Amino acid sequence: MTGWFSRHVSTAIGSLGRLVRQPFASLMIILVIAVTLAIPASLNLVVKNAQAVSAGWDNALDFSVYLQRSVSEDDAGKLGNLIAQRADVESVRLVTAEDALKELRDQSGFGEALDQLAENPLPHTLVVRPGASNTSQTIVLLQEELSNLPEADAVQVDTEWVQRFHAILDILRRAIVIGAALLGVAIVIIIGNTIRLDIQNRREEIEVTKLIGASNAFVRRPFLWSGIWFGLFGGLLAVGLVFYGLYLLEQPVARLAGLYRSGIVVMSLTLREALAVVGIGLGLGLAGSWLAAARHMRRIEPR
Amino acid sequence: MIQLEEVTKRFPGGQEALSGLSLSVDKGEMVFITGHSGAGKSTLLRLIALIERPTSGQVIVDGQNTSRVKRRKIPAYRRQLGMVFQDHKLLYDRTVFENVALPLVIAGMSYREAGRRVRPALEHVDLLHKEKQNPATLSAGEQQRVGIARAVVSRPKLLIADEPTGNLDPDLSLEVMRMFRRFNEVGVTLLIASHDISLIDKLGCRRIELDAGKLAAPTGDLDSWEDEGEWVTVAHSGEEFPE
Repeated sequence: MTGWFSRHVSTAIGSLGRLVRQPFASLMIILVIAVTLAIPASLNLVVKNAQAVSAGWDNALDFSVYLQRSVSEDDAGKLGNLIAQRADVESVRLVTAEDALKELRDQSGFGEALDQLAENPLPHTLVVRPGASNTSQTIVLLQEELSNLPEADAVQVDTEWVQRFHAILDILRRAIVIGAALLGVAIVIIIGNTIRLDIQNRREEIEVTKLIGASNAFVRRPFLWSGIWFGLFGGLLAVGLVFYGLYLLEQPVARLAGLYRSGIVVMSLTLREALAVVGIGLGLGLAGSWLAAARHMRRIEPR
Repeated sequence: MIQLEEVTKRFPGGQEALSGLSLSVDKGEMVFITGHSGAGKSTLLRLIALIERPTSGQVIVDGQNTSRVKRRKIPAYRRQLGMVFQDHKLLYDRTVFENVALPLVIAGMSYREAGRRVRPALEHVDLLHKEKQNPATLSAGEQQRVGIARAVVSRPKLLIADEPTGNLDPDLSLEVMRMFRRFNEVGVTLLIASHDISLIDKLGCRRIELDAGKLAAPTGDLDSWEDEGEWVTVAHSGEEFPE
């Protein structure tokens, strides 16, 4: 086991040395991998921030529950108190038919026309403000339960556009996952091709080592390590690029937050996400070199 | 050590490199294979090294029937042999030391452990002072000695060499042969393909001559055997090896 370990360590160092001896070529490959990883990582960050910003919106918006015209003002008040006791509701305000009519008369300019009505056509209305702990799912649930109340005539939700926005974000996030998968395939191909060329360049060396008794695993090992190094450095550089992008956005976001007088703070990559980017890079590097080595190594036999 | 039984090797073009060849080499022998180019010398060595498989017949090396060695087991099989090549087959991206250490590293040793075996091997071929150099900076004779050190570093029982002196002048050739002789004296079996008959005669070793993939038959005609060198076997003449 220790022999196995030390052999891998020395092979790893040897492969690293090979990379360093061709700094320009290695850097190019690492840069390509970094950019390819950074694109989905940063798009994901954009979606994450958009979700965080919009998460505050749907909780802040009130429901208007229009009650049946047959419901009396007393019953409306009792119902309001009942709803206000729900855990997912912050407060309930009763807007009586009279208040609503008065408001309409004052604001709409239909004052004269409204005066002609024999009776008030408006129902009592409960304005329900959901609690802050709600998610978009529980909001939908609350809305359903309110509209199922026998006293309720209709529930008007002003959050529909927020939900549409959420739906768009969901689609975007899925699109990013698909795009990221395609880019991952691209990385495997890039690294695989690089390793394939490397194998071709070192064909003679492989033949000689096989001639004096090297197994496929032995000749494959340095190439696998090259792939691992490419992926690892590509992943690290990708994280660096994302952080640099965040740094460039810091000032404009602060200005925007100032204009809105809000405390918008850009969410950065968490440690876990950063590690995931590096880990994915490493894994794709290993996959690419493994595919190339498995495909081409077997064909090189001493002549 | 080596037995060939009715070995035939036919290449895809239909050309036969060996036809029904049988021969045997005992443990501790030093045997030369001679013959014109195309007589099958290299093919014979390639069958022993499992670079090729025979079309028919059996090749038995140190009690192992090579036809039973599976593809996956070929590396382990080759590690039991020492091999020396006409073109040295050294790796020019590393030092002499690393070249000689390679068989040991392949077998799983670290370079540090390997050093204890590599230095004596280099000393044997008188190149210890050049261990840190790149083999490309060495002369052809020195490179061949590096190749020999690499072949013996893992202390094989059998060493096969394909035209090891093919690129060397007579003095260097003699020196290389002298080294082989020393390995033979400590019990290594050697099978050497060579066309340098005058050199071989000086060593007084057994000689197997191939002709068109078969043992060249002695004609009994003295003139033709001297001219063509059609000896099957030259017994130990007892002549002292020139030191």
